[in-house]
Amino acid sequence: MSATEPATMIASTYREAAREGLRHALEQDPRVFLMGEDVGHYGGCYAVSKGLLDKFGPERIRDTPLSESGFMGAGVGAALGGMRPIVEIMTVNFSLLALDQIVNNAATIRHMSGGQFRVPVVVRMATGGGLQLAAQHSHSLEGWYAHIPGIRVVAPATLEDVRGMLWTALEYPDPVLIFEHAPLYNMKGELAEDAGPIDIDRAAVRRPGADVSLITYGGSLWKTLDAATQLAMEGIDVEVIDLRTLRPLDDETIFASVSKTHRAVIVDEGWRTGSLSAEISARITENVFYDLDAPVERVCTAEVPIPYPKHLEVAALPQPAQIIEAVKRTLGQND
Amino acid sequence: MSEFRMPSLGTDMEDGTLVEWLVAPGDSVDRGDIVAVVETEKGAIEIEIFDAGTIRQLVIGVDDLVPVDTVLATYQKSDEAPVPALTREQAAPRQVALEAGAAIQVSPAAPTEPATPKTAPGRLRVSPAARKHAADLSLDLGLMVGTGRGGAITLEDVERAAAQPPAPAATATPTAPAEPAGPSLAGLSPMRRAIANAMARSKHEIPHYYLAATIDMTAALDWLEAENEKRPVTGRLLYAALLIKAVAKALAKTPELNGVWTRDGYHPSDDVHVGMAISLREGGLIAPALRDADKKDIAALMADFRDLVKRARAGGLRSSELSDPTITVTSLGEQGIETVFPIIYPPQVAIVGFGSVVERPWAVDGKIVSRRVITASLAADHRVSDGHRGGLFLAAMDRLLQEPEAL
Amino acid sequence: MNGLDLDRDHGRHLLRQMMRIRRFEEKCAELYSATKIRGFLHLYIGEEANAVGVMEALRPEDAVVATYREHGHALARGISMDAVMAEMYGKQEGSSRGRGGSMHIFDAKTRFYGGNAIVSGGLPLAVGLALADKMQGKSRVTACFFGEGAAAEGEFHESLNLAALWNLPVLFLCENNLYAMGTALKISESETDIHAKAASYNMQSEAVDGMDVVAVETAARQAADAIRQGEGPRFLELRTYRFRAHSMFDAQLYRDKAEVEAWKEKGPVVTFTARLKDLGFLDDDALADMEREIDGEVETAVEFAEAGTWEPEADLLRDVGGERGVS
Repeated sequence: MSATEPATMIASTYREAAREGLRHALEQDPRVFLMGEDVGHYGGCYAVSKGLLDKFGPERIRDTPLSESGFMGAGVGAALGGMRPIVEIMTVNFSLLALDQIVNNAATIRHMSGGQFRVPVVVRMATGGGLQLAAQHSHSLEGWYAHIPGIRVVAPATLEDVRGMLWTALEYPDPVLIFEHAPLYNMKGELAEDAGPIDIDRAAVRRPGADVSLITYGGSLWKTLDAATQLAMEGIDVEVIDLRTLRPLDDETIFASVSKTHRAVIVDEGWRTGSLSAEISARITENVFYDLDAPVERVCTAEVPIPYPKHLEVAALPQPAQIIEAVKRTLGQND
Repeated sequence: MSEFRMPSLGTDMEDGTLVEWLVAPGDSVDRGDIVAVVETEKGAIEIEIFDAGTIRQLVIGVDDLVPVDTVLATYQKSDEAPVPALTREQAAPRQVALEAGAAIQVSPAAPTEPATPKTAPGRLRVSPAARKHAADLSLDLGLMVGTGRGGAITLEDVERAAAQPPAPAATATPTAPAEPAGPSLAGLSPMRRAIANAMARSKHEIPHYYLAATIDMTAALDWLEAENEKRPVTGRLLYAALLIKAVAKALAKTPELNGVWTRDGYHPSDDVHVGMAISLREGGLIAPALRDADKKDIAALMADFRDLVKRARAGGLRSSELSDPTITVTSLGEQGIETVFPIIYPPQVAIVGFGSVVERPWAVDGKIVSRRVITASLAADHRVSDGHRGGLFLAAMDRLLQEPEAL
Repeated sequence: MNGLDLDRDHGRHLLRQMMRIRRFEEKCAELYSATKIRGFLHLYIGEEANAVGVMEALRPEDAVVATYREHGHALARGISMDAVMAEMYGKQEGSSRGRGGSMHIFDAKTRFYGGNAIVSGGLPLAVGLALADKMQGKSRVTACFFGEGAAAEGEFHESLNLAALWNLPVLFLCENNLYAMGTALKISESETDIHAKAASYNMQSEAVDGMDVVAVETAARQAADAIRQGEGPRFLELRTYRFRAHSMFDAQLYRDKAEVEAWKEKGPVVTFTARLKDLGFLDDDALADMEREIDGEVETAVEFAEAGTWEPEADLLRDVGGERGVS
């Protein structure tokens, strides 16, 4: 996904890139507005919307009361009414209060109305664990949302993606849920000065390789790339796929990779049982079974509410060491 | 006459018990009048009639449990009833659902086994890709060593095994040389690659020891010439047949040289199937088995040998011929080589090489004479046999070749 | 409350609208018993005055959000009886192509946003629709119908707060029929005065006799006008009663038959018919004509639904948001 001519790169962070995406959208389309808790005066729980209230005013950067269901439904209604709302639910942990409006309204109105109404609402949520925020503030529930027909679910893991997916999502006529991985907000990187909208349809091969397909998304991408670097030093050449879109999944990219390497390891920060990784594993079995040289492996969060102390949190969440072990298992090493 | 039926009050209502009639035959009713009380799981519910008319007959009695849509009573609709008679369909979607449910059969998961030349031995751990590849090459998974997780057989293991009958040969139908299955390394033909794999594996895994013996072929060749005079040109015997028979019979005393080495050790074979190394015109080597070489007479061996060579060069070998050899014989006599230092084809444990028949000075009864001799060499797997046993074999072979008429 | 200038035409119109709903609902009960309509069926019988009265105060550009007991609202709003009946049957000629059924009537032309089956689920939607209007500078009203059961849900409170806080043009219409399915109001609310709850959010609110279509219309017009003037949201508690069970399969163990009968006697149709007759706006012949006409409309709708077609199974996956490559 690189420009055809050298672009001017600027130093940025995941947070700044997200902010740029918002700023750009608000400037381009007067129908766009941001609504959520502490997005205005506080500047955003993760400082993503800092400065935007001053620039765009309280109508368009709209602080809400603590009413997840209320303002999520209002986002659906506003979208029905001709606006292009960006509903920010502070974190996926609080989205459970808004689940009814997302699952029973946003996802269904197009279908229940026989196609008469579309709901072009974009929902942004912070997600992920690793900041020692304990059991109620560390969920990764992207997999739950990816289960629901009627919505799109994307997980930007790079600066480019968090900058560019928002606009594409806003132009999309049905609901899109964007999961920003909270521990990534500080991540530094480079962004093309003219970075713009980016597709939300396809996975990306972040590191081509021959021996094993590593399939992941969101915050786990960087742990997976770390593991890849370490494995390369041992002569194991892995391919890393960043899913980018969790619903719908980019089957084509996944299957092409696994057909080539014959081995797959899925890294998913959700809990293992009934997770998105289980879905991907099932699809691999259904479609490229005869190209498999080893069972599909999964590296997921342990079956425990996320604990507070650092060492236990680290033990619970997927880590590069586990990814490396899983890769080696597929190669018949490490029995 | 119109029918008043047990109404469906919910998709999950199957039946109801009539507990009270609120009308009697002859009563006139208006649309919306409650005419009966029905007991359901949820409690007693009043049911109404949707027409105006006169009740004729109460069909169902009190305390009768009846399914939804059962006729409860008949009535005569009054003339001013504006409601058109509705055609009643057969009952509930529930019934349809039941039928659909009955039709669903749980089919036990039947893993599709690809056709293998032999029955797959016991419970093998084989990766799907490996299984498919082995099937494509008509190879016996049971003879392979697995290096995957938990000893599972992987694609690489199959490729290694494929090198042991090296080339991916054609199957039963004698057609033009089949398309080689499986991947090829850049630049190497599949056959070359298979040979490369097999030879590399052999040298890597098998501790070879080498023995050689020079054998006086006078008696054998004299016998052969005499035999051939009695035969038509097409039925002429080659000395190779004598060599093969000698090898086969000599093995009787040294079973450590006739069998296969698998991951659970050495398995001596009761049969002697001698693999014949045949070079192919397009380059490459193939070593199909002459089956039961110890039991066939020279003429039969010869005929089989001819047939094998022909089919090998035409690409018409049977899969069993490729997977069966219990020992291999290789001869480079035609190239004028005196001594061969052969490499064992895994999973076999020995290989016999023959050089050309040459005339050499030979000591007989203290005098130097000229004799036709051949150098036979044995490479054997030191995990299974040692030099003493190998030596016994070569000595036995020598003795057998001195009495060709007994072969 | 200002008196409404009730003339003959308008009086007959109001009665006709209520009777259309009444007959439609009665026919649905019959069809359900005959298994033509499946799933859940929630009938509006006894509450007709609310939908009819309120719709009189709304304009075509306004929006309506309702609940699963919305057939009456749909008809009063102007959705054709044919389309609603076909939707009940699940035929593709229905208002939602048959995809929604009884609880999910939607119509883009009349800005009818359901048909919502989650109690209180429509309130945030209404807030959002009103928010969109306000942000786009449109002086439209979003009318949001819900039952008194919704007052227990968090979304009720969140929505009222948001609407009052942001001064949104929502007309909240609580149809208080005293029972949330089988739970009486007095055993579920510490404060049974629903409109008092709205007042606590700094929203102007009042209670209205939901059995009196004229009273409903009067209150609704006043509220809608105020909203159009930008005076913020309004709340009307419409005190009403449903004569039939919550849904078809309900033994009504939770209420007294005597109570039902008492309410029936002051029902909207019977009382308004009497009133029109008293005023000389209606005689028996005119009433019979009206009934005949309405019965004909209902019959036609049933025929339309019966003749309707089933959507092909091959089209199962259409109209699902999030498909790849959708335009």
